[in-house]
Amino acid sequence: MSINAPKTLFEKVWSQHLVKDETPQTPAILYIDLHLIHEVTTPQAFTLLREKKLPVRRPDLTLGTMDHSTPTTPVRSFKDLAVVGESAANQVVRMQENCKDFGLQLYGFESENRGIVHVIGPELGATQPGKTIVCGDSHTSTHGAFGALAFGIGTTEVGHVLATQCLLQRKPKTLAIEVGGTLGRGVSAKDVILAIIGQIGVDGGTGHVIEYRGAAIEAMGMDARMTVCNMSIEAGARAGMIAPDDTTFTYLKGRPRAPAGTEWNDAVVRWKALRSDPGAAYDRTISIDGTGLSPMVTFGTNPGMVIPVNDPVPDSGSDPSFRKALNYMQIAPGKPLSQCPVDVVFVGSCTNSRISDLQQAADIMRGQKVAKGVRMLVVPGSQQIKKEAEALGLDRIFVESGAEWRESGCSMCLGMNGDTVPSGQLSVSTSNRNFEGRQGIGARTILASPMTAAASAIAGKVTDPRPYLLDS
Amino acid sequence: MQAIRQLISNTVVMPATDIDTDQIIPARFLTTTSRDGLGSRLFHDWRFKTDGKPNPDFILNQPQASGCEILVAGRNFGCGSSREHAPWALLDFGLRAVISTEIADIFRSNSLKNGLLPIVVDEKTHAWLIGHPGVEIRIDVEQSTVSLPNGSSAIYPIDEFARYCLLEGVDQLGFLRKHSDAIAQFEETRPWKP
Ligand code: SF4
Repeated sequence: MSINAPKTLFEKVWSQHLVKDETPQTPAILYIDLHLIHEVTTPQAFTLLREKKLPVRRPDLTLGTMDHSTPTTPVRSFKDLAVVGESAANQVVRMQENCKDFGLQLYGFESENRGIVHVIGPELGATQPGKTIVCGDSHTSTHGAFGALAFGIGTTEVGHVLATQCLLQRKPKTLAIEVGGTLGRGVSAKDVILAIIGQIGVDGGTGHVIEYRGAAIEAMGMDARMTVCNMSIEAGARAGMIAPDDTTFTYLKGRPRAPAGTEWNDAVVRWKALRSDPGAAYDRTISIDGTGLSPMVTFGTNPGMVIPVNDPVPDSGSDPSFRKALNYMQIAPGKPLSQCPVDVVFVGSCTNSRISDLQQAADIMRGQKVAKGVRMLVVPGSQQIKKEAEALGLDRIFVESGAEWRESGCSMCLGMNGDTVPSGQLSVSTSNRNFEGRQGIGARTILASPMTAAASAIAGKVTDPRPYLLDS
Repeated sequence: MQAIRQLISNTVVMPATDIDTDQIIPARFLTTTSRDGLGSRLFHDWRFKTDGKPNPDFILNQPQASGCEILVAGRNFGCGSSREHAPWALLDFGLRAVISTEIADIFRSNSLKNGLLPIVVDEKTHAWLIGHPGVEIRIDVEQSTVSLPNGSSAIYPIDEFARYCLLEGVDQLGFLRKHSDAIAQFEETRPWKP
């Protein structure tokens, strides 16, 4: 490609971080600007560093938190950790030791900035346009909402980044997804990304970095854009990206780790150049119409098994994997999910635990009651969001309607911290994975938006949120 | 990482598509701080019933699976989370290769770092393997081929560097650290600093 050829957003960020370009024999050496770490995928990497007597090359570009195996009931002392079990408590203690020994900043229990790793990076302003960001966590794709190139890595690679601040990478392909039109009331970013995954499949993005563009994306706030990019991995993609614009800059301005003063002005000039050039070529392009979208819900055991909330569950004949999924879910084809009684509703996770997600759920819950027999858990993405929500009185709306209001963390998204869905129960969850057993052994998960989750909590069955909005 | 040049083994077949990392090793077993011993948790919730007894219907609990080092699985194996515990568990259990028509990106990358062969074959070869569970096949890493007992052999795509690392048992961290000067120079000369 010539130097002057039009470039995509991805190509711009990629080329700015090449310590060494790839050759047929060797992958590129890609420099990493921000390394996020959490307690679950790092201990073995630190063990490697200790064995090899290596320091962390750039502690200043490394940021740690504890989110996965941490309780969402208040932790006042380390004794409280016993609630999640001995090995989880050990993991948390190890994280503290590792960060202390290697001189890394950790937003631990005492920190008012603790939260889900993909929530606090943006919240602190550490996530910025044009950065390369990695974490031993597949939902690192979230940070692409700012025009960063952000992707999940394994623990061995966590070790590579700790030791060298670099990764060996082959250049991925690019996929442009154009979302045109205007989303209707009651339809949100979650519905957009679920519809996309339904269309391209859970492996539709394999080997690709997705760039989301178009009027419906541009109209979204940062919280919504993060929801979209978050689930890129659910389509198998390496990363998802959205070009930074005034919405992005307004969000970042004044955040603790964002540039300030003249550095801010320089940064904005640099960030504005990150849009894909007109005529830039993608390996693939697809488009979907945002105007016609309905609230979406999953019915199977992967996020690609998804339908508009009022549609009947499809029948895929004798396909054994499809049969197995419906069997696990105890769902019959041919009927809509709206008759399925719900046991648990979870509002939270790095997909949908930000302030506007909580706001959307609260708007539906206001003055309503969680249906009898339904347990609803609302888990803010970070301690900051918790505080903000409490200042807005959202916690009271949830608690008065009968929901539980918790400390921040991953919680019931993956059930590592003791918050689980009992076997056989049906959960409507705003998280990102409806895999078998994801929320607990035998748990049956339906993925949905915060509005759909809230409406389902009130109705006690899977429910279209739109009628609830018309009432308000 | 141990070098691997070829693998001859019988196959164990799991035809389901989209087998995700939460099935390969459920999240509740990720509280470990070591990489050892995860084989006992491999496919835990498929392998064991809720009372902890082995599920006799699950392939890995059947006698013909014993000693097999090659897993043939449906499309999009390893999708989901980035947990390297997935290849660690497969290896600890005794598996050395996974064959599918598609393997998820992060899982593939994690596998290569640990000497677990992630092998993507064409639909025809895959269909034959699914239809003939338990056969002995040969994977030749140097030639990038899978040879079937019916005499046919398929070339599978693999990145040149990945193949070199497998054959030589290359420590990629060592490779990266050899470029420390270039990394330092990049940090010095880049037009903006993170
Ligand atoms: S909220 Fe769920 S998906 Fe997000 S980082 Fe935590 S466990 Fe992973």
